[in-house]
Amino acid sequence: MVNMLTDTYSVWWTDLRFLRHHWLRTLITSLISPILYLVAFGWGLGRAVSVEGSSYLEFVIPGIIALTAMTSSFNGAGMKLNVDRLFFKSFDECLMSPISHLSLIIGKALIGVVRGLISSVAFLIIGFIISPTLIISPLFVVTLILTCIVFAFFGVFAAFLAKSHQDMATFSSLVLLPMTFLGGTFFSLGQLPQALKVILYIIPLTHSSQCLRAVTLGQPFPWLSLLAIVGFGLAFFLACLLVLRRTSV
Amino acid sequence: MITIEKLTKVYGEVKAVEDLSLAVHPGEIFGFLGPNGAGKTTTIRVLTTLTKPTSGRARINGFDVLMDPLEVKKAIGVVQQHISLDRDLTVRENMEVHARLHHLDSSERRQRITELLNYVELEDESNRIVEELSGGMKRRLMIARALIHSPMLLFLDEPTVGLDAQTRRRLWELIRRMNLDGATVLLTTHYIEEAEALCGRVGIIHQGHLIALGTSLELRQRLGLVTLETLSNNKDTHYTYFSDRAAATSYAQGLPPDIKTIIVRESNLEDVFVELTGRKVGDD
Repeated sequence: MVNMLTDTYSVWWTDLRFLRHHWLRTLITSLISPILYLVAFGWGLGRAVSVEGSSYLEFVIPGIIALTAMTSSFNGAGMKLNVDRLFFKSFDECLMSPISHLSLIIGKALIGVVRGLISSVAFLIIGFIISPTLIISPLFVVTLILTCIVFAFFGVFAAFLAKSHQDMATFSSLVLLPMTFLGGTFFSLGQLPQALKVILYIIPLTHSSQCLRAVTLGQPFPWLSLLAIVGFGLAFFLACLLVLRRTSV
Repeated sequence: MITIEKLTKVYGEVKAVEDLSLAVHPGEIFGFLGPNGAGKTTTIRVLTTLTKPTSGRARINGFDVLMDPLEVKKAIGVVQQHISLDRDLTVRENMEVHARLHHLDSSERRQRITELLNYVELEDESNRIVEELSGGMKRRLMIARALIHSPMLLFLDEPTVGLDAQTRRRLWELIRRMNLDGATVLLTTHYIEEAEALCGRVGIIHQGHLIALGTSLELRQRLGLVTLETLSNNKDTHYTYFSDRAAATSYAQGLPPDIKTIIVRESNLEDVFVELTGRKVGDD
């Protein structure tokens, strides 16, 4: 167990050093999209709208935090791993080291978690400045961390599957982009027909948005959604393990 | 040190390696010689646990690459054909990453990194970002990194590809020094002079098959140690092989007058390769 943790840290350490060299660039690039969404949807379209008894701005901020956690974690873990694996081949060095697949997967996912947390906490600070009435509790922190874990494993999984850099871009366009707009970030699921609602609950981001929004707006907490997030995390982790076992020794 | 039995690796419908059997002995520098796409890198990838074989077995130091991959990984150091360094990290950080992945504690890490950067003469570059280094420096760093855990067996996949002649010779010295210090070396190359300069034994691999195996001298003896090159009127070059220079000279004196250029020289591994395959090593 101690060895496994040490090995995981060793894998993580490489990416942490990379982050240390490029932290400012990473932070700025990961905040551009959420700020644009906030300006366009929160201040632009939603200025005069109220949803579920709150202003649209208050409604949309937790959704954008979930969205930021998703994209930063996915890209933070997946994009770098994809480049390291297919272009620089530096991931082969990890594969040839005497460490387990478990440590390798968790180590590679952890950088996504860190990057997801940095970006979403930075956006949360912006959110607080705009809307100081937002409520933050331990459940918010737990949900945020779990969201980052889920999408970091998802990023690692996508990077393992990708056979080219284009595959990652295609994956983002086909999976992340629809999730961005359909995952309950910008609208309330309460307004939708039941059949569509069921489909949207298959998306992990929907559950993250629901949980974060419930905490920040002081609504009843959707425990089933939290359970679903944990389930997605386990599923993506196992998928990573299966893909890695299938392709390497 | 390395035992390969009937190894086959198939990608889709392409047989990259077929029925390859081979043993590499402790302490030797063994060379895989062959053109690009011959199956050299695939064999290395199987031996270094990066690729699963389709069939056959491979053992390193008695450990099966499929059954005991962790033991195999502890015993080997690998310098890949690609520059597989973390280019955004410094020279020292790259060494540190590898030392951590191979379970060296902090004092061992410090000591080995300093030792090895001195060994490959990169001690003054330790805080430079890898991206800024020259090609030769990157290769030397990859070699230092592969040595961090003092492996018994080193795999060098085309270690001097793309380097200038001076840097190549410097790396040859380094490889010889590592071998003298106790490491068994398996290297792949498509440079004839590299195989001749470094390797005790050479395996010639072509289209996934091992077609010849032995020392450079043994392989050349099978062909003839002396080569007679002739250029006929229709500008075709012909190669004829003889056991000694006297036999070649005597044969040349009896050639018709339309044979223009005659060169008598020692045979080399290129001649062996061309005779066995009908093509040159550098041909793709």
